[in-house]
Amino acid sequence: MNAADKKRLLREMLFARRFEERCYEAYVERKIGGFLHLYPGEEACAFGVLEAARPGHDYVITGYRDHVHAIKCGADPKEVMAELFAKETGSSKGRGGSMHIFDVKHHFMGGYALVGGPFPLAAGMAKAIQLKGGDEIAICFLGDAANNQGTFHESLNMAALWKLPVLYVCENNLYGIGTRIDRSTAVVEQYKRVAAYNIPSAQEDGQDIEKVFKAAQKAVKHVRSGKGPYFLELMTYRYRGHSMSDSNAYRGKDEERMWSKRDPIIMLRDRLIESGDLTKAAYKTMDTEILDQIENDIIAFAESSPEPRVEELHKYVFAENDPWVKGAARGGDK
Amino acid sequence: MAQIMFWEAVRRAHDEEMANDPMVICMGEDIGVAGGTYKATNGLYAKYGAERVIDTPISENGFTGLAVGASFLGVRPIVEIMSVNFAWLALDQLFNSAANVRYMSGGQLTAPVVVRSPGGTAHMLGAQHSARMEKVFMGIAGLRVVTPSNPRQAYGLLKSAVRCNDPVFINEHELMYNMKGEVPDNEYFMPLEGSEVAREGRDVTLFGYNISVHWCMAAADILSKQFGIEAEVIDLYSLAPLDRAGIRKSVSKTHRAIIVEEAEAPVGVGSEVMAIINEECFFELDAAPVRVSAENVPIPYNHTLEKAVIPDANDVVAAVRKMFGK
Repeated sequence: MNAADKKRLLREMLFARRFEERCYEAYVERKIGGFLHLYPGEEACAFGVLEAARPGHDYVITGYRDHVHAIKCGADPKEVMAELFAKETGSSKGRGGSMHIFDVKHHFMGGYALVGGPFPLAAGMAKAIQLKGGDEIAICFLGDAANNQGTFHESLNMAALWKLPVLYVCENNLYGIGTRIDRSTAVVEQYKRVAAYNIPSAQEDGQDIEKVFKAAQKAVKHVRSGKGPYFLELMTYRYRGHSMSDSNAYRGKDEERMWSKRDPIIMLRDRLIESGDLTKAAYKTMDTEILDQIENDIIAFAESSPEPRVEELHKYVFAENDPWVKGAARGGDK
Repeated sequence: MAQIMFWEAVRRAHDEEMANDPMVICMGEDIGVAGGTYKATNGLYAKYGAERVIDTPISENGFTGLAVGASFLGVRPIVEIMSVNFAWLALDQLFNSAANVRYMSGGQLTAPVVVRSPGGTAHMLGAQHSARMEKVFMGIAGLRVVTPSNPRQAYGLLKSAVRCNDPVFINEHELMYNMKGEVPDNEYFMPLEGSEVAREGRDVTLFGYNISVHWCMAAADILSKQFGIEAEVIDLYSLAPLDRAGIRKSVSKTHRAIIVEEAEAPVGVGSEVMAIINEECFFELDAAPVRVSAENVPIPYNHTLEKAVIPDANDVVAAVRKMFGK
């Protein structure tokens, strides 16, 4: 990873941070409804892993904290914001919402709201890749708490059994909604749990994007070479509550302060300044440009976009004009 | 036109669709090396190999979700779930993922997965192997539900279900796999929506589906021979969506309706068909519609008790006689 890559990643992560912070404001302004799960604090996970993979080519799936993963895969941030604003121009045409961002043309296969739901879906995408003989891999991002679902064990078993090309990334932010991991989970270190399925795994600092990138390179290489699944645990922290309806009262302020000192963006920024590849002024300019882009380009687009039409309420329930659905029986004996 | 068994018809549909499209695969417990609990995939493992005929671990939600994920990328999986009781475990992936994904992605993704599973009460299998779950599946937006009553439908519906771009649940019956019936020698596709007139009649419509069609047919024979009542039998092979036009047409002709279901009455096919009759053709009715349903109890092991739960042709005859005061 050279200095130019690092600067680009710094910009991408800062963009993601500002995007999510603007979502928070829009939620407070009631422009965004429903549930909203924000990513600040965890940016190095999505960007570090996907930087080591091939976004837009590899198939990516995740849970409900999904905006940033979609954007890194290639989704237009304007369409993501428009989706949050429930507009027809949104990535899911206003039918999905924050928890269901999809951008299939960039192989971002969706955010899903059932904790642990994407585990088998990712295994299935990997099965399809295997059948078709492509060089893509499936990448599934989920939180630590998802590992207490049955789908975790069922999917890991099948992925290992059939050597499926799937990378499971565990973004371990230490909390399942409001319950700390050691109060919900017998084995706290998640990478150890997959040993039961003979799946190679590693644990890495999820706040340092360079470390994440390196660990992910190894993981991606393993999976793409046809050796089967891999499990990468990234130790991270979310700054906000689980969702906007979470008061965050279950964690100590000391803990929050401790993690804020390990902010993935600040760490990378300071490193670039120290190495002489970035000035404080350049960083400030970068931030201003991003804030302008979000306000003038992205929010403006979402605000001015039309809502879906009630006349199209039933669109997308079933395939349109599917030839196997209606009409007379076909074929048979004469 | 050959007479073949129900399982042979299902097997033939698998075989033809797998030969036609390399992206068609099948998966489930014991379906490969063992040939399938009901022989519906017999011989396919040897013909198509372990990559496409997949013996799964006993992880219903997991392998159903895996099939759904594979279908996102153009694979067309046919999943066998050994009993609908086990399909409860797969409801998460079937409903939350497969049925919703087209809508919540704004039409970007679809899950063209077929899940087949036998329901129904067979013989002394007890409460956890005798469920009739069609009422659950048919209430979910985004999921198609069909239920064949004979080998021809089993063949023609599975063929269409594999090619359709929506997720389809096929509700089969444990007692029907050895039932014989005519199936066209040539390739044959049934539309996934609709109903069939199994027997024409003018006096009363008997609505059945899956195994209850056979009770209706037997009842119609008795009614004709012994009571001079000519019953029309409508086979509601599509449960989601139900054929509103077919229901209206028959009730508008006979002016009387009896719905026969193997499941318990609450929140079922019977209540749904009654609601449709009310909405579509209430003023055509000469008598209040009647349901013939199972008793609302968990299925008992004891065979005498088990039989007492499930209706049969005699119960249908009794319901018609009561309606006509005969």
